Amino acid sequence: MTPSHDVVLVGGGGAGLRAAIAIAETNPRLNIAVVSKVYPMRSHTVSAEGGSAGVIAPDDSLDEHAYDTISGGDWMCDQDAVEAFVKEAPQELLRLEHWGCPWSREPDGRVAVRPFGGMKKMRTWFAADKTGFHMLHTLFQTSLKYASVLRYDEWFVTKLLVDDGRVQGVVAIDLKSGKVEAITAHSVILCTGGCGKIFPFTTNASIKSGDGMALAYRAGAPLKDMEFLQYHPTGLPFTGILITEAARAEGGYMINKDGYRYLQDYALGTPQKEPVLRTMELGPRDRLSQAFMQELAKGRTIETPYGHVVHLDLRHLGEKKIDAKIPFVRELCVKYVGLDPVKDLIPVRPVLHYMMGGVHTDINGATPLPGLYAAGEVACVSINGANRLGSNSLTELLVFGARAGKAAAEHASRKLEVSQGVLAQARDEHRRIDQDLFSKKGKERIADLREDMQKTMEESAGIYRTGAALTKAVDRLRRIQERYANVAIEDRSQAFNTERVSALELLNMLDVAETIVMSALRREESRGAHQRTDFPKRDDKRYLGHSLVHRNPDGSTRVEYLPVTITRWPPAERVYGEAAPHGGSH
Amino acid sequence: MADRIKLQVARYRPEQESEATFDEYEVPCPKDWVVLDGLNHVKDRIDGTLAYRWSCRMGVCGSCGMMVNGEPKLTCATFLADYAPGPVRVEPLRNFPVIRDLIVDIGDFMRKLATVKPWIVREEEQPLSAGEYRQTPSELDDYKQYSMCINCMLCYSACPVYGLDPHFIGPAAIALAQRYNLDSRDQGSGERHKILSEHEGIWGCTFVGECTKVCPKHVDPAGAIQRYKLTAAVETVKAFFMPRGAS
Repeated sequence: MTPSHDVVLVGGGGAGLRAAIAIAETNPRLNIAVVSKVYPMRSHTVSAEGGSAGVIAPDDSLDEHAYDTISGGDWMCDQDAVEAFVKEAPQELLRLEHWGCPWSREPDGRVAVRPFGGMKKMRTWFAADKTGFHMLHTLFQTSLKYASVLRYDEWFVTKLLVDDGRVQGVVAIDLKSGKVEAITAHSVILCTGGCGKIFPFTTNASIKSGDGMALAYRAGAPLKDMEFLQYHPTGLPFTGILITEAARAEGGYMINKDGYRYLQDYALGTPQKEPVLRTMELGPRDRLSQAFMQELAKGRTIETPYGHVVHLDLRHLGEKKIDAKIPFVRELCVKYVGLDPVKDLIPVRPVLHYMMGGVHTDINGATPLPGLYAAGEVACVSINGANRLGSNSLTELLVFGARAGKAAAEHASRKLEVSQGVLAQARDEHRRIDQDLFSKKGKERIADLREDMQKTMEESAGIYRTGAALTKAVDRLRRIQERYANVAIEDRSQAFNTERVSALELLNMLDVAETIVMSALRREESRGAHQRTDFPKRDDKRYLGHSLVHRNPDGSTRVEYLPVTITRWPPAERVYGEAAPHGGSH
Repeated sequence: MADRIKLQVARYRPEQESEATFDEYEVPCPKDWVVLDGLNHVKDRIDGTLAYRWSCRMGVCGSCGMMVNGEPKLTCATFLADYAPGPVRVEPLRNFPVIRDLIVDIGDFMRKLATVKPWIVREEEQPLSAGEYRQTPSELDDYKQYSMCINCMLCYSACPVYGLDPHFIGPAAIALAQRYNLDSRDQGSGERHKILSEHEGIWGCTFVGECTKVCPKHVDPAGAIQRYKLTAAVETVKAFFMPRGAS
């Protein structure tokens, strides 16, 4: 008997759990399944550190949050989505407070906020520097309250079932037993997060293989703005462990090999002793990562066995402040690089961190494919445009997790019948997973193919890009795809076969990598995190539009454009430092 | 320092063998490699069939707990060089059924966690329009430590009581119950008390403190259990005199 649910969520991180709770609260009669390849509390939301943005301070306003987000995104954000986002952000964060999230507090017991990059006001809620960890555990533990939420822990989804023009469920492997099963549903919400593992040097956990993006793309839903990838300016060399932006928000300096605060050379303002909002170290991530590359070109970085670095200097903050505000930064540095930020400089370099693009959705998380929804990093609404501001993504997964949950619940309430074609599809998929994959007797190691893909992406789709390098990458990725046909899977067991999962994840990553390269190649301008040295200017006339990449029936890609929604903030120049304009509508 | 080190890794494939065996692999041992890097090297370069869990590689997702030379450890935070010249014995976490190789079944904990109601319980919910529940930094400090649990299961693996009596609700679940009991916003300690005191496991804990010693996040479950015993005694007395609404 095929298990059947009203709503299936693929992924149990912040967005998935928020969506699950929203459905349970919207309609307690709906039967909800959270299907995730890991236990929910292992999801990558757990690694987010710095905080979650939402207007709460009396001197702040929704318009200022909207303006910072839109200018930060280099005018690629859909402004109706941003307006809904900033409006619902504070109540979502408050709701999490009511559910027990241990937000850091002011002495009088109110929730505290901190500054963050690209934000003109203090509006980032935080739980020390383990904000994502606390949000995820709060959501997970709260979700246990709802009897209508059933979990499929450690089930890996391999396919979306689409028939009769609508999504009707998934096929998944129960990792423990190895059995492949169809799970039907009236609505499916993808909440699988990002795809950082496509790159060699990333803050992303090993599970971030773009699964949801690949599932949607193959099922016929387009991916949006895939060329916009965020490099975070402060990753630890070798491991790629993130040193949160909160370290700079609390007053840390970025210095080059001469001890010089180099950001002053890149239109980010003049250095002050104390942090100044939207200035210097509190500039946006794209600009800071680009400044590193310029310093590298000028020979002003420091060479290490794991590549060039600059230094993050926190020493002047003192032990007390470091331990109170950013204890995890100290723990990570001591543990993983043997340096204590209280007395040592921290070596850092830009590291692939976040995917602005994702499955194309509307403001309610609905994709163009009926029955399919997406929320969180896997989705592109888009509130992040060409560059996400730090601390907007944790809030995004709450706001749009809840929205997608409600929309999916409403769709599921119509209880459309499962069509016959679905079960035949599920049988085909079963055969592909159980027989085709296991019958491979190839010689190509998964790790070799993965490394070649990662190298290809770093060399072509990194911080600075050129048409020539991207064109070459298209060919290289195609060759890796061909080699995949000859992949070696030594493990023939059914019980927890992680090699089979790795092979399927690699296939997902290869599809997503192709969409990134194709979208980046087509966009002949420089905007936010997409910098083409052969087209160094922003070109609103030709490219003030979202790229939508579709999969053609023959497997090839097709890129189209969709206009950006502008409501109250017409495109203007992005300005940081002292010259930065105040927010509010123009 | 030796530039390579031997890993002796427990293998168990339920379809092929009835009990665990060991495979030996030699891996590089640079100073910044953790045990998990060694396992990844094995999987990527030597033997793709080795099965284990991992994800964040920064000590916060809680996936990669294993026994390393007999001690429960997060393998992403345990450096190979500390075991030079080797060998390093890597086994699945003790006290759990093994599913495959280094992967254990933590379903028992997941069920127990849900039973202690690890969420805020209120008699009356304050509307969102009234803003946040005020909580001073010192009220936050009352439970903060217990909220740091990453569910990595090292404490269950170290716990001699859980090893003998699988009904024992266990260190992490009790610490998380206490995390909510001590939260100024919560009013559910009475309900949790009924569940926690149902089984005598909690009284069986003799404060050996092994759980606290192995906790990678300094949660101090042993302290939580001792503290709970004291509260439980008071709750029991209160319940005796005031059977309703004791909290």
